Amino acid sequence: MISKEEIKHIAELSMLNLSEEEIQKYTVNMQDIVEFANKVNSLDTEGITESAFALDTFNVFRKDEVRESFDREELLKNAPSSNGEAYSLPSMMN
Amino acid sequence: MEYEVIIGLEVHAELSTKTKIYCGCSTEFGGDPNTHCCPVCTGMPGALPVLNEKVVEYAVRAGLATGCEIARESKQDRKNYFYPDTPRAYQISQYDLPLCEHGHVDINVGEMSKTIGITRIHIEDDAGKLVHDGYTGGTLVDLNRAGVPLIEIVSEPDMRSAEEAVAYVEKLKGILEYIGVSDCKMQEGSLRADVNLSIRPVGQEKFGTRTETKNLNSFRSIARCIEFEIARQKEVLESGGVVLQETRRWDDEAGEGYAMRTKEEANDYRYFPEPDLMPIRLSEEYIQNIKDTLPELPESRRARYISEIGLPEYDAGIITSSKHLSDFFEAAVAVCGNAKSVSNWIMTDIIRIAKDKGVEYNELPFTAENLAKLIMLIDKGTISSAIAKKVFEEMVETGENPEKIVEAKGLVQISDEGAIKEVVDRIVAANPQSIADYKAGKDRALGFLVGQCMKEMKGKGNPQILNKLILEHLNK
Repeated sequence: MISKEEIKHIAELSMLNLSEEEIQKYTVNMQDIVEFANKVNSLDTEGITESAFALDTFNVFRKDEVRESFDREELLKNAPSSNGEAYSLPSMMN
Repeated sequence: MEYEVIIGLEVHAELSTKTKIYCGCSTEFGGDPNTHCCPVCTGMPGALPVLNEKVVEYAVRAGLATGCEIARESKQDRKNYFYPDTPRAYQISQYDLPLCEHGHVDINVGEMSKTIGITRIHIEDDAGKLVHDGYTGGTLVDLNRAGVPLIEIVSEPDMRSAEEAVAYVEKLKGILEYIGVSDCKMQEGSLRADVNLSIRPVGQEKFGTRTETKNLNSFRSIARCIEFEIARQKEVLESGGVVLQETRRWDDEAGEGYAMRTKEEANDYRYFPEPDLMPIRLSEEYIQNIKDTLPELPESRRARYISEIGLPEYDAGIITSSKHLSDFFEAAVAVCGNAKSVSNWIMTDIIRIAKDKGVEYNELPFTAENLAKLIMLIDKGTISSAIAKKVFEEMVETGENPEKIVEAKGLVQISDEGAIKEVVDRIVAANPQSIADYKAGKDRALGFLVGQCMKEMKGKGNPQILNKLILEHLNK
């Protein structure tokens, strides 16, 4: 069972302010998600090696070669706010 | 009450790859804000990371150089936390399958040598930089550093004092420089340490509660922070309080640490396997190949300097503690062949100059070849040691070739007996009292006469000949 406390804890870690109503809603949602994922537990995994990945692929590497970076102006279009050079936020220094 | 101090360190070193860990953006330090960035390192949804092969190679190199076992199978994990220096809201690190485990390095503190265990070395990406915006009072985010590859080297809690912790970081820095995986510029933040520290009454088996002080970027701040934290924890315990498990920061200017957050508010990182990055599998051949190409490590150079060159243990330890200094030593010896003299210059003058100027040993204002030439000028008797010091100061200022300095300033030593005798005769004749003093057993009089002659010859007289001639006079 997912508790309201767990939802509050996760929201806090993600710096989200949730209303009482939202907490209620997400608790139910999260419960459904966990139940769905739990179906996997009913499978018979006898003789199958534990793995974090579904594909048998490994060592996907890149050469250490510099590629041109993105245009800053383009990148900063995604910023909620910027000073033209950097992403600009409310003060984080306190 | 007597306490035992328990210290473990987490050292972060930026790897000196050309590009970031998961994209082709440059890792160069000091670019204009957000000019070494792309959708991968700014955390745009849908952008896919691809691991830089050099990062794996460098981490394995570091592992082999510190006696670690290298994992044949390894993976990367997401470490989730929300902070604006990490635009994806997670760091890609390694959780349960790091690349390297169970290593060690040996340190020397005074006469004592000690082995410090290394728990693990894993790869991860660095965060961006937050800068205070003086104009709006807000915070600006520069993501040039976001995605620069790091190795995190986690030690066992094997250190018992600030001296040991500093010796350990110095040793690690030396090793990483030698194997060329990090430039270890502490002032640029490319090597930094987190200090885990607890104290317990001597004889008690159970560890005390530990605190973690983050992001120390100089040997001095590591030492001061440790002394501060030991004193603070003692005071807490002795006034009947309990040490809280907390994350702390060190304010180097104020010379004190302060709590950032306690365990209750501490992050719960919810690690899980990074689905965008496939596992890393390393073959025996791959690992052997890196092992075979490891350069000579400080330990081995140190032993060679002691046994083959005959340097004192202390000097050999100091010189090999930095690859740059050791390279400088070898380059100078290769030219002049006088290892003892090169070592003496390093121990007395060069370390001081580097410290005064705040430069690394590969940034000295003169070359190893020019130091070697200076030593050859002394060895050949062209200049005296006293004059050599003056020439050296000139080299520090101008970086000029010592032969040219000696020539331009007319500093060639006078070894012509006739010329020296002429001065000696004159000085001795002018100082009858000194002769009387000397005959009365006052040896100081000899020194006085030598000094007077030297002054007359502007320091250029050959001291051996000068001494000999004065003594001849006095013992007549």
